[in-house]
Amino acid sequence: MTITIDNLVKTFGTASALNGVSLDIADGSFVALLGPSGSGKTTLLRIIAGLETADSGHVLFGGEDVTDRPVQRRNIGFVFQHYALFRHMTVAQNIAFGLTVMKRRDRPTKAAIAARVEELLALVQLPGLGGRFPSQLSGGQRQRVALARALAREPAILLLDEPFGALDTKVRRELRGALREIHDRVGLTSIFVTHDREEAFALADTVAILSAGKIEQFAAPREIEQAPASDFVRDFVI
Amino acid sequence: MRSATTESRSIRALLIAIALLWLALIILLPLLAVFTQALDKGLGTFWAAIVEPDALAAIRLTLLTAIIVVPVNCVFGMCAAWAIAKHDFRGRDLLTTLIDLPFSVSPVVAGLMFVLLFGANGWFGPWLIAHGVRIMFAVPAIVIATAFVTFPYVARELIPLMSAQGKAEEEAALTLGAGFFQTFWHVTLPNIRWGLLYGVLLTNARAMGEFGAVSVVSGHIRGLTNTMPLHVEVLYNEYNFVGAFAVASLLALLALVTLAAKSLLEWRHRDSIAATGH
Repeated sequence: MTITIDNLVKTFGTASALNGVSLDIADGSFVALLGPSGSGKTTLLRIIAGLETADSGHVLFGGEDVTDRPVQRRNIGFVFQHYALFRHMTVAQNIAFGLTVMKRRDRPTKAAIAARVEELLALVQLPGLGGRFPSQLSGGQRQRVALARALAREPAILLLDEPFGALDTKVRRELRGALREIHDRVGLTSIFVTHDREEAFALADTVAILSAGKIEQFAAPREIEQAPASDFVRDFVI
Repeated sequence: MRSATTESRSIRALLIAIALLWLALIILLPLLAVFTQALDKGLGTFWAAIVEPDALAAIRLTLLTAIIVVPVNCVFGMCAAWAIAKHDFRGRDLLTTLIDLPFSVSPVVAGLMFVLLFGANGWFGPWLIAHGVRIMFAVPAIVIATAFVTFPYVARELIPLMSAQGKAEEEAALTLGAGFFQTFWHVTLPNIRWGLLYGVLLTNARAMGEFGAVSVVSGHIRGLTNTMPLHVEVLYNEYNFVGAFAVASLLALLALVTLAAKSLLEWRHRDSIAATGH
C-alpha cells in the first residue's frame, strides 16, 4: 500500500519535532528513516502509526486520508524498540492477541487462530516456542515474536522502531536477513527507524535522511552516496 | 570465606539480631499480650464478649464499612494511578500531592473536616437536615471518613509500578486492534494485579482499623455507630478488659488473616509474579 505523508508538523511543548515533512512511499517498498537522535524520525513513525497526532498535515494510505483514523483501524503492524511483549502472556498468546481481541463476528475460530500462530512461529523460525514466556527468551527471539505478533492480522504496512537497537552484531545480521525475506514474501510496505547508517543502507530500498525535523534527502542508498543533497547528508553518511 | 561486598559474619549476625529483637519487642510482644488478655478468663468469657449484641453490631458495621470503602477506593485509586503514571497532563503534580493529603493530615483533622461540611452548622448540614438526609453521626459519615483516610493506599501502591512498566505494552495492544477496555482488561490489569492486591489489603486493614477520623464523625452510639475500634475503646474505658481485648484480638486476627491470604496467594503465584517483574 502506498503511503503519502503531506507536510506534517509536530511540536512538543515549545520543542519542534517535525517541521513540514512530506514523503511519497511506493507500494511494496522498504524504507529506512535515518537520522541522529532528536531528528524526529521516531515521531514521524508514531504519527504514521496513529500513536501520536500531528499538529497539522496529512497521512494517506493508498490515497485514502487516515489522519483522523484511530490506530486500531489503520491496519498496521508495529514493532516496538524494546518489543513491548505482553509479559504475562505466553509467546502463543502474544502472537494471537491481535486475533483474539477481534469482534466476535470477525474473529477466527480457536483452531484457526492456533493454526495461524503456528504458521507465524514457523515464518519467524521459532517453531515449538509458543508455550514460553517472554522472560524465558533471548533478545533475538523476543524480536522475532514481536514481528510475528505484528503480522498476525495481516497488515498492509509494517512499522518498526529501531528494530535491532538492543541486539548484538551477529544476531542483528541474522535478523536483518530474516526481516527482508519476510517483507518480500508477505508483500508489505515497511518503514523502519534507525540511527545506524550501515543498517539503513544495507536493508532499505529507499532511505529518508532526517535532521532537525526536516527531510534532508529521500532516495535510494546508491544515489545518496553518489550525490548527497546537502552538507549534512555528506557528513552524516560519508 | 567472606565475599568482597558483604559485611563480616559477626556484624551481619548483630544486625539480624537487632532487627529480630526490635520486631519481637514492638510487634510480637504486644500482639501476644492482646491475645493472652483476651483469653485470660477462658474461652467462654471470650466468646460471650464477642457475641454480645453491641459487639456484634460493631463487627457488622466495621465489615459493612470495609465492603463499601475497599471497592470504591480500589476503583478510584486505579483511575488516579492510571492517569498519573501513564499520561502527561497539566496539574499532574498537583493531583499527586492531593492523593498524599490523607497521609499527611491527622485523622482527627480529617474527621473535623467532615463535621464542618455535613454537621448541623456545617456548609451542607442545614440543607441535608431539611431534606431528611442523615450523614453526621450515622453510617454515611463513617463510610466517607474511612474512604478519605484510606484513599492513598491503592494509588500509592500502583503509581511507581505503572510508571516503571511504561505504556509500551498498552500501545502495542492498540496497534493490534484492541479497544480501550480490552487493553485495560487484557494488558494493564494483569500487569498490576499483585500491586493492586497489596493495595487492596492495606486499604482493607486500615479501613477496619481506622479510629481517629471515625471517632469524630460517628457520635459513639452503642450498637448503632460504633465500629470495632470505637467499641474496644468504650469497653476499655468501662474497665471491661476481657471484652475490650476480645474484640481487639478479633480485629488483630482479621488483619493477620488478610496478611496470611496475601502470603498464600504470592506463594501460589510466585512464577507469574516473577514474570511480571514485581
